[in-house]
Amino acid sequence: MAIPISYNIRNLKLRKGLTIMTALGIALTVTTAVFLMALLAGLKKAFMTSGDPMNVLVMRKGSVAELSGGFDASLFPTLKTLPGIAQDAKGEPLASAEWVVVVVLPRNNGTGEVNVSVRGLMPAGLTLRPNAKLVEGRWFTPGQREIVVGQSIHNRFSGTNVGDTLDFAKGQWKVVGVFDSGGTAYDSELWGDVNQIAADFDRQGAFASVYLRATDPVAADALKHRVSDDQRLKLEGTLETEYYEKQTSSGGAIKFIGTFVAIIMAIGSSFAAMNTMYAAVAYRSKEIATLRIIGFSRPSILTSFVIEALLLSLLGAIVGIVLILPFNGMSTGIGNSLTFSETVFSLHLTWAVALTAVGFAMIMGLIGGFAPAWHAARQDILTSLRA
Amino acid sequence: MTLTRFVTKSAFRNKRRSVLTVLSIMFSLLLLTLMMTVWHAFYVDTFSAESAQRLVTRHRVSLIESMPAFYREKIRTIPGVVAVAPNNWFGGIYRDSKPENFFARFGTDPQEILKIFTDFKIPDDQLLAWQRDRAGVIVDTGLAKKYGWKIGDRIVLKGTIYPVDLELTVRGIYTGPEPTNSVYFNQTYVEEAVPFAKGKAGTFAILADSPGSVPAVALAVDTMFRNSPEPTKTESEKAFQLSFINSIGNVKAFILSICFAVVFATLLVSATTMAMSIRERTREVAVLKTLGFTRQLILRLYIGEAVLVALTGGVLGVMLAIVLVSAMSRAPGMALFLSGMKVTGSTLFVAVIVAGMVGFLSAILPAHHAAKLDIVEGLRYIG
Repeated sequence: MAIPISYNIRNLKLRKGLTIMTALGIALTVTTAVFLMALLAGLKKAFMTSGDPMNVLVMRKGSVAELSGGFDASLFPTLKTLPGIAQDAKGEPLASAEWVVVVVLPRNNGTGEVNVSVRGLMPAGLTLRPNAKLVEGRWFTPGQREIVVGQSIHNRFSGTNVGDTLDFAKGQWKVVGVFDSGGTAYDSELWGDVNQIAADFDRQGAFASVYLRATDPVAADALKHRVSDDQRLKLEGTLETEYYEKQTSSGGAIKFIGTFVAIIMAIGSSFAAMNTMYAAVAYRSKEIATLRIIGFSRPSILTSFVIEALLLSLLGAIVGIVLILPFNGMSTGIGNSLTFSETVFSLHLTWAVALTAVGFAMIMGLIGGFAPAWHAARQDILTSLRA
Repeated sequence: MTLTRFVTKSAFRNKRRSVLTVLSIMFSLLLLTLMMTVWHAFYVDTFSAESAQRLVTRHRVSLIESMPAFYREKIRTIPGVVAVAPNNWFGGIYRDSKPENFFARFGTDPQEILKIFTDFKIPDDQLLAWQRDRAGVIVDTGLAKKYGWKIGDRIVLKGTIYPVDLELTVRGIYTGPEPTNSVYFNQTYVEEAVPFAKGKAGTFAILADSPGSVPAVALAVDTMFRNSPEPTKTESEKAFQLSFINSIGNVKAFILSICFAVVFATLLVSATTMAMSIRERTREVAVLKTLGFTRQLILRLYIGEAVLVALTGGVLGVMLAIVLVSAMSRAPGMALFLSGMKVTGSTLFVAVIVAGMVGFLSAILPAHHAAKLDIVEGLRYIG
């Protein structure tokens, strides 16, 4: 027969101080782990949702990012006329030749300067990114020194309101609009006319990349292979989704450090939980013996104490997650080793993160609780009663 | 029995509990020491004396923009500049694009670069051989060991930024003050193969005549090119390297918050233990008091006990950290991030002090409670 859980709950309540302190210790570990996991989840969200499965990104063979070198502009007409490309209302192919450059903007709070990506695109480039929506002002006019800023840039850098001017490359650029692409990597970019930007950075006659929008995902795959397989072009097609998936690797350092920190803290917390549970067993040795006499078996005593440890860690997990709630949605920037610029993303507390945290806490509870529970179950009845 | 012995005995009377507490504190302090070591390496270390004399000039807009190569001769005319050489990031791929096969590849001027990196040790004949061979390359000792490169070996770097595959011959193996994870070759080779690379420089490495003249040189360089189409940004070598670390995000806040969480968690662990252990001994406290132990003494005994346990955990944690850091800084994959990192004396000191303080603070409340205990109440206590 199993011992009712209410027995464990009452016991935890009885020794309030001890329960709270141990749970808080576990909570701190959980908070740290949740914080790091939420960071990674936010980062993943920024990159994963950036790509569109219908878009094919064409770069020079061997290029891993849009920043590393370009190819001759004369290839663009060839790319534009490839089969499988979607057309706009006027029957023009949805293809945009682009440049991505990096400029330095001062941080809002004055803590130095940050590299930010500037994308030069053709009007078709706006059409083939349907998730980028204007929230303020208007899009840039081709041929003008005008720029629209992504939502994250708008939030994090001063001088990026509609009507402001930004000073980079060969002069001043007028901010004419703010766009929102739903938390993707594009939100960390400035967009302007590709020819203006190429001229300002002395890059006429070439493009860093070409975006092609396929009619459907199957055509996108075919288009990607057609570009890559053409030996004359010396170009490589990638699905936009694949391209951004690769960029998530910039979270590698956070992931590594985060896992390391979480594991070490978890080991420390497990020992602390073990201590508490041993004490719980020691206090109750008479009680345990009595339970045995009444007829509760060894396995049910073992289960009962493991459950108590799990309850303790569950409490810790809940407190830990609650502690992180005020930080949910807080945004930060991360440098990207491929683009040398900052991508802004926010702390994103998902259900998956919360559940992982609970699981993580349970593992700590299990490790900390099993040995004491085993000890409790193995106690000799007579010695315990006499103690 | 002396008082010290009394404290030691009672601190470890419940062996299992003491061991668990020590282990728990040990892991927390291990983490704390690691975090402080990283902090120290990033923000406190002044680097070597040689490094303090060096500057890096780059394009004001960003690192990926290049500057005209003639800037080099103009920079040379600035008072306080001893030597200046271009240092161009080649990028490229060696073997494959896996992160473990990533290392820095620079195109430079073999005649001058080692006059700036004065702390690179290389045999004279190897240096001469490198300077004579336009397709020669010098490699870091660590990299040479990792890939088994020997003098005369061929290395092929597949170009990514520049459309050229460099076929290089190892002419020298150098040893830096710490692992550099870099190779250096002649920029002329790249320029001959790639027309658009001609006359351009990614960064300039500058050696100033003394660490004191570094700020003046930086200012002079940037002022010189302020109104040109390619303005520059010049910083000390250390500031230049820090800008990479800062690109990971707000590292300072990150480290601080982890440290805070760790210290608080340790405090909780230690406080829990002390609360349990003192409560268990309520009757003993009453007996001690009956024997004539004063409140002050009892307070001190228990605090001493907590400090002893915490210190034991702290010292063990710090020792583990030293072992771990030295093992990690030698691991090949980690070299770029943790190169030359070590646990300094001041870090050790701070970590141990923190452990002691944690012990002290954790015991105050329960010890105070015990000291105040009424003798009769205490004797009646049955746990």
